Amino acid sequence: MRRKRAPGARAQPPVPFTPPRLLRSAGFRFALLFAAMFASAAVALVAVLWWATAGALVRQTDAAIRADATALTERWRDGYRAGLIEAIEERLAVDVANESIYLLVEAGTGARLAGNLDRWPTDPPADDAWFRTRVLHDGVVARARLHRVNLPGLRLLIGRDETERQQLEQLLTEGVVWASGAVILFALLGAWLMRQALQRRMRPAFATIAAIAGGDLSSRVVLSGRGDEFDRLAVTMNTMLDRIGTLMAGVRGVSDAIAHDLRTPIARARAKLEEALASTPETSTPEGGALRAAVEQGIADLDNISRIFQALLRIAEAEAGARRAAFATFDLPQVLSDAAEIYEATAEARGLNLTTDLPERLELVGDRDLLLQAVANLLDNAIKFTPPGGTVQLAARADPPWVEVSVTDDGPGLAPEDRARAGERFFRADQSRGTPGSGLGLSLVRAVAHLHAGDLRLEDAKPERNPPGLRAVLRLPAA
Amino acid sequence: MRILLVEDDAEVARFVKKGLQEAGHTVEHAPNGRDGLFLAASEQFDLLMLDRMLPGGVDGVRLVETLRSQGTRTPVLFLSALSAVDERVKGLKAGGDDYLVKPFAFAELLARVEALGRRPSVDAPATRLKVADLELDLLSRTVTRAGKRIDVQPREFRLLEHLMRHAGQVVTRTMLLEKVWDYHFDPQTNVIDVHVSRLRQKLDKGFDRPLIHTVRNAGYMIRAEP
Repeated sequence: MRRKRAPGARAQPPVPFTPPRLLRSAGFRFALLFAAMFASAAVALVAVLWWATAGALVRQTDAAIRADATALTERWRDGYRAGLIEAIEERLAVDVANESIYLLVEAGTGARLAGNLDRWPTDPPADDAWFRTRVLHDGVVARARLHRVNLPGLRLLIGRDETERQQLEQLLTEGVVWASGAVILFALLGAWLMRQALQRRMRPAFATIAAIAGGDLSSRVVLSGRGDEFDRLAVTMNTMLDRIGTLMAGVRGVSDAIAHDLRTPIARARAKLEEALASTPETSTPEGGALRAAVEQGIADLDNISRIFQALLRIAEAEAGARRAAFATFDLPQVLSDAAEIYEATAEARGLNLTTDLPERLELVGDRDLLLQAVANLLDNAIKFTPPGGTVQLAARADPPWVEVSVTDDGPGLAPEDRARAGERFFRADQSRGTPGSGLGLSLVRAVAHLHAGDLRLEDAKPERNPPGLRAVLRLPAA
Repeated sequence: MRILLVEDDAEVARFVKKGLQEAGHTVEHAPNGRDGLFLAASEQFDLLMLDRMLPGGVDGVRLVETLRSQGTRTPVLFLSALSAVDERVKGLKAGGDDYLVKPFAFAELLARVEALGRRPSVDAPATRLKVADLELDLLSRTVTRAGKRIDVQPREFRLLEHLMRHAGQVVTRTMLLEKVWDYHFDPQTNVIDVHVSRLRQKLDKGFDRPLIHTVRNAGYMIRAEP
């Protein structure tokens, strides 16, 4: 489907810059990428921090327990059970921080021999050498890291109270939670800023392209002066537009030259024929009469060539948007009733009824003469193809944001396959071959519609009837 | 009328000059803009007829601008092979009074020349126009013929007014479209003829002497004598 052009904007961009939908926006995708990178960096930072603090503490504790176990095993080798008990008690006596945990029991009975735990912890599986559990240490339930050492006839438990490490971990976790909130917030803010910045920088280019598409070739992209990628893109675009402008001026010059070079010889030929006509006596021999008729026909043919040529130039002008310079605000119903008035007498002379259905006032910005020409072409067609006794209606109505001007007749209508071709230059449907006309009328109407950022639609006036008649609807953006 | 024609195409110039002389005017011809400017500035003319595109560095628009800046008020008619609307606007803005696109019928040219040369004076605007027994009152907007009131529609009134202001002169169909309806467009068919014949019926009904005459290959003219 063709994208509708926003109405009301002509010299200004007909397509206002609207950001694409969020998920399709490149800015959004860049922003998302940015947010992801930012979050990954934050995660990496937290991981390193964790490993360096809480992780280090765990490793330190394990190392201390391992050293203790080795030392106590040595003491058992030297002094057996009594030596081991003595060593444990020595250690407990010097442990001011009260972090160490020891328990020595008989392997068989489980009787406590030494240590600061009341009984062997029950929950850990029997065969794990290293484990963590809750113990009642010094009257308080605490988490402990424990290591079991089996000696002949004895079971030894060595550990450290981990309350402090746990507190640190909790502190760190809280920190990470708060920080991730901040990370998400900053990532989103950064993403939004990036998207905004991208859009802001693209806007001048968009405005210019829209203006160019709307026919204003003089528009150029405004540079930010930063000399960045966007400015370089803008400079490239402007260079391209200058080039297009030069080419267009060239084409225009060529069509001016063609207009001049073709019209001048036609003017000469016409002048010669007029002179010849003036020098031929009014009423003379039959040969003289035939000569006069031939010369008159020659003049009429030349005038016809000029008219077709003029129509082609007008179409070209309209299509190039060159006539926008003549745009002004005018009252549409006034122009339409003038058109109806001009053609009403002709319609009546052909036995047709020309009616109008026009609103009080309807302002339009455009080229008044061209619009009248377009409506005149439609009326001329309708009058030509409607059989005597029929009705031709010229109507206008506001259908915001559009204004619709329609010419409806009870003629034979137009076959659907001819409708699409009806706007082509020099196209004439088979049924119209016998009537005068150049086949440029509808092309001009269509070109005028496009010049005003509107369109022309051809449809059956009354589809249920035969013949259906034709309705031509000229849709133009409202002022 | 004494007319200056500035036209680089010798063939067209000869044709226009001959035709105007036959119509009783004096014509001076300059083949380029420089000579044209010199003549226009040094001699007195009633009308200047300029080609829009001229060799010699001074084109039609430049020529008019120069003359107007020196205070010359002589009417100017542009003859041009350029039909683009902004060319016309440019020509009229520069100080031109009318713009005729080539190729043209000589009758059209002559009608426009005479209309420009005898423009109604702005100092004493007439309130009544009279041709033979036909009278048009601009204040009460009424039309009477031999004292008998004739009902006309507003547009017919303006059509008649234009014809009567140029009584005795040929007025072409394009001139009527431009001056009475105020549009520049190609009506494809002779829509104007139907309007004129309607008006003619109203005016001449019941009278022996027709007032509005059709001039073959040219247009219409209102005049007292047949």
